[in-house]
Amino acid sequence: MGTTQTRSENKYDDLVTKTGFSPEQIKNLHKRFQQLSENEETISKEHLHSIPALANNPIKKQIIDAFFDKRNQHQDEVGSFQEIGFEQFLMVLSHFRPPTLKMSEEDKARIRKEKLRFLFNMHDTDNDGTITLAEYRKVVEELLSKSGTMGIEAAKAIADAAMLGVASTNVPHMKPDEFYEGITFEHFEQILKGLEMETRMHIRFMDVNTTTMRCGKSTS
Amino acid sequence: CETNILYFFPMTRGNRTLTPEEEEDSQQHHNNTKAFPVLSFNFEHVRKPFEISLWILLALLMKLGFHLIPRVSHIVPESCLLIVVGLLVGGVIKALDSDASDTNSSVPVLNTKLFFLYLLPPIILDAGYFLPIRHFTENLGTILMFAVVGTLWNAFFIGGMMYGVCQIEAAQLGDVDLLSCLLFGSIISAVDPVAVLAVFEEIHINELLYILVFGESLLNDAVTVVLYHLFEEFSHAGTVTITDAFLGVICFFVVSLGGVMIGLIYGIVGAFTSRFTLHSRVIEPLFVFLYSYMAYLSAEVFHLSGIMSLIACGVAMRPYVEANISHKSYTTIKYFMKMWSSVSETLIFIFLGVSTVAGPHVWNWTFVIFTVILCLVSRVLGVVGLTFIINKFRIVKLTKKDQFIVAYGGLRGAIAFSLGFLLTDTHMKTMFLTAIITVIFFTVFVQGMTIRPLVELLAVKKKKETKRSINEEIHTQFLDHLLTGIEDVCGHYGHHHWKDKLNRFNKTYVKKCLISGERSTEPQLISFYNKMELRQAMMLVESGSLAVLPSLTSMQNIQPRDTVKQRVIPSISKRREEEIRKMLRSNLQKTRQRLRSYSRHDLMMDPFEEDLSEVKFRKQRVEMGRRVRLTETHLNVHNSLSFKGMLHCFY
Repeated sequence: MGTTQTRSENKYDDLVTKTGFSPEQIKNLHKRFQQLSENEETISKEHLHSIPALANNPIKKQIIDAFFDKRNQHQDEVGSFQEIGFEQFLMVLSHFRPPTLKMSEEDKARIRKEKLRFLFNMHDTDNDGTITLAEYRKVVEELLSKSGTMGIEAAKAIADAAMLGVASTNVPHMKPDEFYEGITFEHFEQILKGLEMETRMHIRFMDVNTTTMRCGKSTS
Repeated sequence: CETNILYFFPMTRGNRTLTPEEEEDSQQHHNNTKAFPVLSFNFEHVRKPFEISLWILLALLMKLGFHLIPRVSHIVPESCLLIVVGLLVGGVIKALDSDASDTNSSVPVLNTKLFFLYLLPPIILDAGYFLPIRHFTENLGTILMFAVVGTLWNAFFIGGMMYGVCQIEAAQLGDVDLLSCLLFGSIISAVDPVAVLAVFEEIHINELLYILVFGESLLNDAVTVVLYHLFEEFSHAGTVTITDAFLGVICFFVVSLGGVMIGLIYGIVGAFTSRFTLHSRVIEPLFVFLYSYMAYLSAEVFHLSGIMSLIACGVAMRPYVEANISHKSYTTIKYFMKMWSSVSETLIFIFLGVSTVAGPHVWNWTFVIFTVILCLVSRVLGVVGLTFIINKFRIVKLTKKDQFIVAYGGLRGAIAFSLGFLLTDTHMKTMFLTAIITVIFFTVFVQGMTIRPLVELLAVKKKKETKRSINEEIHTQFLDHLLTGIEDVCGHYGHHHWKDKLNRFNKTYVKKCLISGERSTEPQLISFYNKMELRQAMMLVESGSLAVLPSLTSMQNIQPRDTVKQRVIPSISKRREEEIRKMLRSNLQKTRQRLRSYSRHDLMMDPFEEDLSEVKFRKQRVEMGRRVRLTETHLNVHNSLSFKGMLHCFY
């Protein structure tokens, strides 16, 4: 028992350094992973699709795709997995870690870039480095997908206006025959500057042992 | 005193009876032909409204005057200047009065009833209706901690220490017992929303700090009400038992939750009423004001927290009312609220100054100085201690700078004064009042004046001035859904999960009941987009020219060139296009004509709005004129959609 314990600790140490979670958090997430994968080594998209709470989410498909996106593993690969293991699962979730109090300005900037990169990858589905008008339209359509037919017409208009906004802020003096290819990562960072992603894009990860889903409301 | 000039008819004012000569005189006048009184003077008839209007007018003229003196208004916050004016006015009245033999001082004092029933509600309603909900709910735990635990700590600490101070032989305060001290502590401990608003509005700090201090000042009303009544009862009874303390705790929950519930009920009823105001747009704003005021008064009937009731009413009503009412009513509500709260605030500060001059004062050096020092000390200790505990639960921790601003922003104001005024008349009451006034002056003057340079010095983050763009709105919503989804994947029900559930409940059930017409199913993104379009169109009208669009980028720059050829959308011939345009234009004219039939109670479509729709139409046409025919087809959908949205916004 002693050897297995040290082995699992070593395994977790590796993950701790890679993802930044604490050992307790990793243990809890592992339990959740095993719950989702029905005690197998990997999970597939079907496992995630079967989570009941996700059914009402308008961007369910994008979220699930993000877990299987190779770009989110920080290893400069592209494409998508068919199945992912626990380590990949943790890597994706590490994008949602909360900020710590003692962080230097560079750390904050780095973390903001990482989180924005994650969001960007979710929109840029064909991985050409820009979010084109079609991709942006799709994003707005998905957001309005649960709102019936009113949504579809409006989605186009809203996406167009939004794209216009990005173009006019980032490239203010475009000639009539110039063409704005799409939102690059820099422009994306620029338009979301006001939202302070490093403080908003996080969820609370449990430190305490929770094997069953607890109905606890987290205070902030 | 009354003056009867050129009045030929006898008057019997008061109990003054006519002397026989005068009666004869008047009889004679009755029999003769009397001249018609061309000019007469009767002040008593209009005395009360005249005085009230005069006071308000003077207060507002003072407010106007400050802004004409540029240097002063930058350094000194308005509240200080108003108090000084009040002091001057009170001094003048007192000086005038001291000549008269009248022993009753006719200096108007900050009457408690006047304050709580007339002056305070507009300010709280204004604050509650425009409360930034998102920040408020995100920080609710922190705010509640500060409001409840912080105020309790302040009350007991100050009360207890003051009792200790009173025990000192040299202070001659031996007759102040523990319960009176605790009563005093409970009065002085509460942070005042009026003072906080007055000062914080001018320094524009970031939303987090603003909502922390302001939210605390609102929610501590329940604590103050309970503590005040508790200690007042006890100081009459003389002793405290465990049951009494336990009942006090229960009372706190009843007061706060009861107040919130009353507010919610009135809010929902108000929202429901606004669903049917389609044909009586003129009275729409009144519903908002009256329902809110009724909520406040109803809560006060049962000694529940009126402030919390008012806030709950405003918060509950707002999203539904705004979806139902016309644009004009919305503007009316906004401006009337700001106007009333501004007048109230001005009057409150001036009356504070006047009451200072008027009231009897008992100045006891030890008592006053220790009160001021203890207020500061307990505030700092409370904030630091609570933040230490709170930071263990917060994700975005409060830094030392934040803590300093929160501690420094704990201003006391007129509520403390009025509560002190309510005390039964004893020697201690005047001493307490003097101390309360000193603390108020200290916090408003010293802290109010120095907070702005300190904010600059510490480089505290300021409020973001620009309005949200459509991109930020899209991504905020996207992020909300994303975080909810990730929480579901991780398997725990957190903050986002419950927020999402509440939103869905709101959308499926509540909105259908309370919002009229098709807007009940309108998603938030679309209403945001419509509002944004409306705002942009208004900006164009106000700037006068329609050719000046913010940038030269247009649809042509983003429309993908290669797909243009591949579009299968049938091109509309020029003739059909003209038809569509004529139809749209005639629809607009028809709407205008319908409104032209005159009725005093109807709102005429005023020239501004006519220009607005014209401009919007023309703007669209100009944009269209620049483009290729195929892109025009696309834009016609855009056109009719925004027309629909725009027309809807006007009704």
